[in-house]
Amino acid sequence: MTSLLTLIVLLPLAGFLANGLFGNRLGNRFVSVVGCGLPLVAFAVTIQCFLDLQAGGTPLLDTVYRWATIGEHTFDVAFRFDRLTAVMTLIVTGVGSLIHIYSTGYMKEDASYARYFSYLNLFLFFMLMLVLGRSLLVLFVGWEGVGLASYLLIGFWFEDPDKARAGKKAFITNRIGDAGFLLGMFLLYQVLGTLDMDRINAAFIDGPQPAVSASLVGILLFIGACGKSAQIPLHVWLPDAMAGPTPVSALIHAATMVTAGVYMVARLSGIFMHAPEASALVAAIGVFTAFFAATVAIVQTDIKKVLAYSTISQLGFMFVAMGVGAYAVGIFHLYTHAFFKACLFLAAGSVIHAMGGEQDIRKMGGLARRIPVTFGTFAVATAAIAGLPPLAGFFSKDEILWYAFASDRGGATLLFVVAAGTALLTSFYMFRLLWLTFFGRSRMPAETERHVHESPPSMTGVLVVLAVLSAVGGFVPVPHYLEAMLPLPEVVEGRAALQTPLMFLSVALGIAGLLGAAWMYGGNAERAKRLAPTFATLHRLLSGKYFVDEAYDRLITRPLFWISDRVFLRVGDRALLDGSLHGLAGLGRRTAGTLARIQTGNLHLYAWLALIGIVAALAWSWPHG
Amino acid sequence: MDSGPALVALGGGLFVLGLLGVIVRRNVLVMLMCMELMLNGVNLLLVVFAQRGDSIAGGALVLLVFVVAAAEIGIAIPIVLLLARRRHTMELDAYTELQG
Repeated sequence: MTSLLTLIVLLPLAGFLANGLFGNRLGNRFVSVVGCGLPLVAFAVTIQCFLDLQAGGTPLLDTVYRWATIGEHTFDVAFRFDRLTAVMTLIVTGVGSLIHIYSTGYMKEDASYARYFSYLNLFLFFMLMLVLGRSLLVLFVGWEGVGLASYLLIGFWFEDPDKARAGKKAFITNRIGDAGFLLGMFLLYQVLGTLDMDRINAAFIDGPQPAVSASLVGILLFIGACGKSAQIPLHVWLPDAMAGPTPVSALIHAATMVTAGVYMVARLSGIFMHAPEASALVAAIGVFTAFFAATVAIVQTDIKKVLAYSTISQLGFMFVAMGVGAYAVGIFHLYTHAFFKACLFLAAGSVIHAMGGEQDIRKMGGLARRIPVTFGTFAVATAAIAGLPPLAGFFSKDEILWYAFASDRGGATLLFVVAAGTALLTSFYMFRLLWLTFFGRSRMPAETERHVHESPPSMTGVLVVLAVLSAVGGFVPVPHYLEAMLPLPEVVEGRAALQTPLMFLSVALGIAGLLGAAWMYGGNAERAKRLAPTFATLHRLLSGKYFVDEAYDRLITRPLFWISDRVFLRVGDRALLDGSLHGLAGLGRRTAGTLARIQTGNLHLYAWLALIGIVAALAWSWPHG
Repeated sequence: MDSGPALVALGGGLFVLGLLGVIVRRNVLVMLMCMELMLNGVNLLLVVFAQRGDSIAGGALVLLVFVVAAAEIGIAIPIVLLLARRRHTMELDAYTELQG
């Protein structure tokens, strides 16, 4: 029965191998069937596992094989399916399958159709390993694997050097986070002698505290989470990752992979519960990232870039929940976010598809009547992310705001104020995007205008499903379901009465954002244009993304290049290594040149030398004879 | 009268004469002849010592030297012939192509 878990993981791997090895020869129909079919089967198997879990009540365990034995410690490749895993696996396989189906429409014309689907299946394989792994080691294999798949898919159109560079940037930035993650793992292993996450949690929760600072471990692990989940200061890769195909942005860089950091923190909540300093850091970075990314999103003009910064911002919200101990709420937001953000990205993909590749919202406008299904789904998802009731985002975001205010594990008024401000900004920039894209007068070139068309049913169908999920997904009581595993924090004394007023406040913020955007960008965005010169400096700062990339370039990349070039290349490599070898070779050549002068070709000289040699040998051997 | 020392002196004298010829003379043919002279000096010494030492090894070695000398001269003379045909000279100084 438990081997079903292995099956979930292996199905996408089979898809990767089949499509990767034979996809090109067997044609697009085969690729579509295998590429979408196997994830769907995996989804079905996950549902079966979920039902088993409900029936049995205890987590399912499945040990595939013993990886290594070191001393008395063993490392197993084992999968564990508990409530948290169940939620994550259902999201990954469910949303993943939907995005696979969408891709059959979106990528139809692409020459590397089979390669695309094999990468997508590979991603799913590693993501499931990450989610299902019982040990941190298996999680780490999946963690690196999704990084690889992400790199391959960002640089999917690698003929364009910019896109290939974006892939490398994502990979390298993640490596920095991974260093912290690895150090955290080493510490845990050294102290506890195991990397199984249920055992780690148990060691921290029950009995005497292990002889290691939970905050140190927590901070190191959080550095890893920062890399994967694009939190400040390692957020720079995610906006560039939009170079990949849009369904990839939806699947990897919005719904699943970037939430791995959040998942990891929730998974190891045992550590973070006993690490108030690390939790405070998580909340602080989360809220700062959320606010920072939301401000940048306000002025972006690329439809995908707006969504990318919105993703960073929403991930910040999830980390706020993690930081105040409301792990189940963070996962709830992860779950609703997967629906509405996937829907937004895919709808954006549909817009891009309709516009023949145009991503600049300044050249859109008035699309609502031309592509009504895309518009409808985009609008629903926008309302969901803005937190308008009764859509999914309202429930999860409201709970995050509530716990940011009232949790007894780090809830604070300041945290709430910044988070609420971010919620307002979220609503504002999302409705701005909606307005600029779908309302007002068309700003398209005539040529594009003639070709605008609604996407095929494979794409719009998926959009509708996701829009429905974004609308009703909030009614699923995920935090309640997870409470047995991830208990919610207590509410600070005296603040309980404020819950309802705060809920109205968060609704008011969402509506305020909507009205603000409507006021600014309604009627062909005349007001926004008039306001722009007033805030020219601010605008330049925001559209330059606070010049973080430039700062990193100045502070890290260029010094690194300088040291590499001046010290390591010129001094180390050329002068020291090459120099010593060339010196040796030169010495040999000069010695040989000197000795070669004896070789005159004159036989008499040789005869003389032979004579001298013989006489010398005799003279030497005579006394020794 | 014991002719031994005189014969040894003769053999040594032949060898030294040959060696001087090889070193001093410039003519290739003369040098070859001088080499033969050195060989013959050695042969004489071998025979004398073989007789003295009551061993036939020295005599056998002399026969071996004859064979080697014949073979050597069989190759050396054609080489000299070819050289002479090429440059029309027997002077050794003309041939220094093998300098390093």
